Amino acid sequence: MSMLETRSTPSMLYLDGVHVSFDGFHAINNLSLTLATGEMRAIIGPNGAGKTTMMDIITGKTKPDQGEVLFDGSVDLTKLDETQIAELGIGRKFQKPTVFESQTIEDNLLLALNVDHRVRGTLFWRQSKAEAATIERVLETIRLTDARDRLAGSLSHGQKQWLEIGMLLAQDPKLLLVDEPVAGMTDVETHQTAELLKEINRDHKTVVVVEHDMTFVRELGVKVTCLHEGTVLAEGTIDQVSANDRVVEVYLGR
Amino acid sequence: MTPHILTRTLDRSATIFLIIVAAVGILLPLSNLLFPEGSALHVPTYLMALFGKYVCYALLALSIDLIWGYCGILSLGHGAFFALGGYAMGMYLMRQIGPRGVYGNPVLPDFMVFLNYQSLPWYWYGFDMFWFAALMVIVVPGLLAFGFGWLAFRSRVTGVYLSIITQAMTYALLLAFFRNDFGFGGNNGLTDFKDILGFNVQADGARAALFALSCLALALGFLICRAVVTSKLGKVLIAIRDAESRTRFLGYRVESYKLFVFTLSACMAGVAGALYVPQVGIINPGEFAPGNSIEAVIWVAVGGRGTLIGAALGAVVVNYAKTVFTSGPLAPYWLFMLGALFILVTLLLPKGIIGTFNAWWEPWKTKRDNANAESAAREDGVIEPKMAE
Repeated sequence: MSMLETRSTPSMLYLDGVHVSFDGFHAINNLSLTLATGEMRAIIGPNGAGKTTMMDIITGKTKPDQGEVLFDGSVDLTKLDETQIAELGIGRKFQKPTVFESQTIEDNLLLALNVDHRVRGTLFWRQSKAEAATIERVLETIRLTDARDRLAGSLSHGQKQWLEIGMLLAQDPKLLLVDEPVAGMTDVETHQTAELLKEINRDHKTVVVVEHDMTFVRELGVKVTCLHEGTVLAEGTIDQVSANDRVVEVYLGR
Repeated sequence: MTPHILTRTLDRSATIFLIIVAAVGILLPLSNLLFPEGSALHVPTYLMALFGKYVCYALLALSIDLIWGYCGILSLGHGAFFALGGYAMGMYLMRQIGPRGVYGNPVLPDFMVFLNYQSLPWYWYGFDMFWFAALMVIVVPGLLAFGFGWLAFRSRVTGVYLSIITQAMTYALLLAFFRNDFGFGGNNGLTDFKDILGFNVQADGARAALFALSCLALALGFLICRAVVTSKLGKVLIAIRDAESRTRFLGYRVESYKLFVFTLSACMAGVAGALYVPQVGIINPGEFAPGNSIEAVIWVAVGGRGTLIGAALGAVVVNYAKTVFTSGPLAPYWLFMLGALFILVTLLLPKGIIGTFNAWWEPWKTKRDNANAESAAREDGVIEPKMAE
């Protein structure tokens, strides 16, 4: 039996004893993970390790069968849906870049802005100077100022990744979940993305990055958590984790 | 920067569309009333009634395009909202008959006397007053859509599943309205209308006014749709259409948006039905037939989904074709032709008439604008003239 009184932790994100199974397959198995406010964490792990399922649980897409998921100290995320969780300040970049393809880059950012999301608010919405300035700033950060009027669908894969990161910036969340941000990017773009994420982290945002690319993870220079079969296999610096025998074993095959 | 609501609502094509609707809405009734029969400029009353029907269909198509073209909700039951609006108007028209019915009962419509009703059912109260009936034209379809949408969208019923339950909805209403004891005239429906607001509904003047009003309703409906789709809410609708769950993760409550636009659309469909009934002189349960709703979706597909103007155009074009073909020797084959039209449009013109036109026109226009800008820049000395190689 779980305790009924609300827990309170000083961390930004707190997962404890989380279990999820789909038709008997244990996607997440007794997963526990804690992120301090302002921390950036890299999550690695082979395919099927449960990285994306973990993000689904945090963002409300999947409900855990068991376990605690707390945000910002005491908010129980398992009781909220996607919209409520997004409104709390958790933003997500998907593994496959998901932007609104038939709308312009500027409109994509406009939609992501952290303003009134209710029907009446959007129907009678007029852009304020501050919002226009935010969009300008984000466009500059993601280097798409010149492409602002182009349809998002016409962007290259790497640019879409950046646009989605830009949407995260416009959303201005407290916690960013970034799923495979450098997939399909050139080395230069990968390097720039690492710089960008570090910069975002410097603005006191808590960031979770899921990535396969080890050069990229190394470049981030943050604590690494390795997942395997839905549970934490190892945690530490990238050097410690990659020296771990069991990590080597799951990555290179048994 | 966000332009003012008027400038964003009325772009060039929207203005042209409104001018055409206004011109038709004014000139057709005038020519019918001012020029004598036989004059080359006289539009006969039967034609005006026919075009009036098309205009109502255009408004219905507009309401479908708002939810389907912009929010991805494919309703295959929108004819139900149209018919409910029509019934609300039909009830008013029935109450206006008064003692002039076959049975001469001052309160009960003929079919009620015939079916041995002793008194007026409670849900007929108030329909002797035009304002009340006019309100119900909007409220009844709106409430049904709200209730239906609240259940469906909250449970995240989407795609074909939603389409199927909208079909079931209109079919259930069809069966209900066919029943004599349901109190809406059974399979005969409501007909033999006499007056509307004290004017003879058959008279040329009333018909001309109804036609003009239908055009006005179409123009207003178009303006409302434009205001919605060009607002930030319109961008959210498109976002929902293209990537629903992504929109949720940005903090938008998708079901509220769908509910809003679905209800608004049902209200518009109700108004279209209410204007349709006095012009065709009858409303019966056949209007709830699932096929009608599907046909209306075909109009939108033919005209161009997500263009608004295309929906209205598609309704007029397909219905004109229907009038032409079903009145000739090809009449038995009309449904085959309609089916073929739908397949051909899907295969050859997936963006519909207006969508295809835009796809052809826009690159050309951009090229022309760029050329203009370039030549202007050249005249200003901003850029060097290109040298021939």
